[in-house]
Amino acid sequence: MIIKILGMGCANCKRVKALAAEVASELGTEATIEEVTDVKNIMSYGIMQTPGIVIDEKLIGSGGVPTKEQMQQMIQSAMG
Amino acid sequence: MSDEFVFADPKPVLEPKPDVKQFYWTMWVGVVAVFTVWWLLYQSLQHLANWLTYDLFGLSAGSHLGETLAFFLYDVPKILLLLSGMIFLVSVIRTFLSPEKTRKLLGGKRQGFGNGLAALLGVATPFCSCSAVPLFIGFVESGIPLGVTFSFLIAAPMVNEVALVLLLGLFGWQIAALYFISGVTIAIVAGIVIGLIPNIERGVEDFVWQISVGESKSSAKKLTWANRFQQAGQTTREILGKVWLYVVIGIAVGAVIHGYVPEDAMVGILGKDVWWSVPAAVLLGIPMYSNAAGVIPIIHALMEKGSSLGPTLAFMMSVVALSLPEMIILRRVLKLRLIITFISIVAVGIIFIGYLFNLVI
Repeated sequence: MIIKILGMGCANCKRVKALAAEVASELGTEATIEEVTDVKNIMSYGIMQTPGIVIDEKLIGSGGVPTKEQMQQMIQSAMG
Repeated sequence: MSDEFVFADPKPVLEPKPDVKQFYWTMWVGVVAVFTVWWLLYQSLQHLANWLTYDLFGLSAGSHLGETLAFFLYDVPKILLLLSGMIFLVSVIRTFLSPEKTRKLLGGKRQGFGNGLAALLGVATPFCSCSAVPLFIGFVESGIPLGVTFSFLIAAPMVNEVALVLLLGLFGWQIAALYFISGVTIAIVAGIVIGLIPNIERGVEDFVWQISVGESKSSAKKLTWANRFQQAGQTTREILGKVWLYVVIGIAVGAVIHGYVPEDAMVGILGKDVWWSVPAAVLLGIPMYSNAAGVIPIIHALMEKGSSLGPTLAFMMSVVALSLPEMIILRRVLKLRLIITFISIVAVGIIFIGYLFNLVI
């Protein structure tokens, strides 16, 4: 699973990244977590607020730090 | 200011479905109860502060320390209460808006009317300056004129709810209203002026025009009132968590000024008759980055000591609307030339408003 965090190095982006890593390891899934900081790349997902979360090229959501439960849902549903 | 996470596809959100009817009933009762407690607390603050200072601590009225402490003990809970109440209210209203909706509302609007709408939406839309770049690109790419986009970007940080609440609590509603009107006016006029500059588009980094923005999929789900209250509660906690310390420190400094600095100490520096005080205040404000929460209580105390409204409000507007960190963020999409143009136009607007305040009040 590839989790992309879209954002230009804001504090919330770091928080989302840490949360994603935490939840992924708790759920025992192999996840590569990438930070996407390039503006063009970020905009190609059509978000208007950072941070955004993309799992396996699918935009999950944007605009803030999700709760831990939300993050668990995202990763679980991506695990299939 | 709001950092609400929004799902692109609302379906996967699993939320427990409580007994809806009963849940609603208790929720509204809860809201009314909280409001009542809030109101009673707010009404009894002055007594409480006086009682603590003069009876419990036994300080004499009129003494420096007594004045300072009573001021501090009254202002801190008052401002924090006002902030929590107002931010909650504003946050509930904001659950009806989002940057995506704002973009849709502004689409196809011309210069002029579009600027007015953009400035008002800039006040009302939940927006964090850290998202200024994607928002800017999203606006521009969907064909919203540059000047209209700038009106939004100027109004959003300048007229924020924290600033308004502090002005309301410390200066009264007239000053708060004056600040609101002048902030929105500067945003409109500066946006129109920027839009009138020939070939202004060339000031935007070239890559912006080549970006293909992915289709926005953020389709916010339909919110119930319970969702809105819950979200607003969370936002209120977040914002308060961020600003409370600034408020306390700001009021503490203000209280010391209130109790110890002699009357009229500021007349020679920030008084009405010092012609250079307004531009100096604006210049001083640009590199400063603070939120309104820390600045306003100090400004309030300084005004009691003879500084006039013009330079103090100009300083505040400059601090919040022209902050260096935001300019650095915007530099990623704007050429330096346009950044400087933008800063100059807004600064001139603020200076003008500053002199106007000095004349009127």
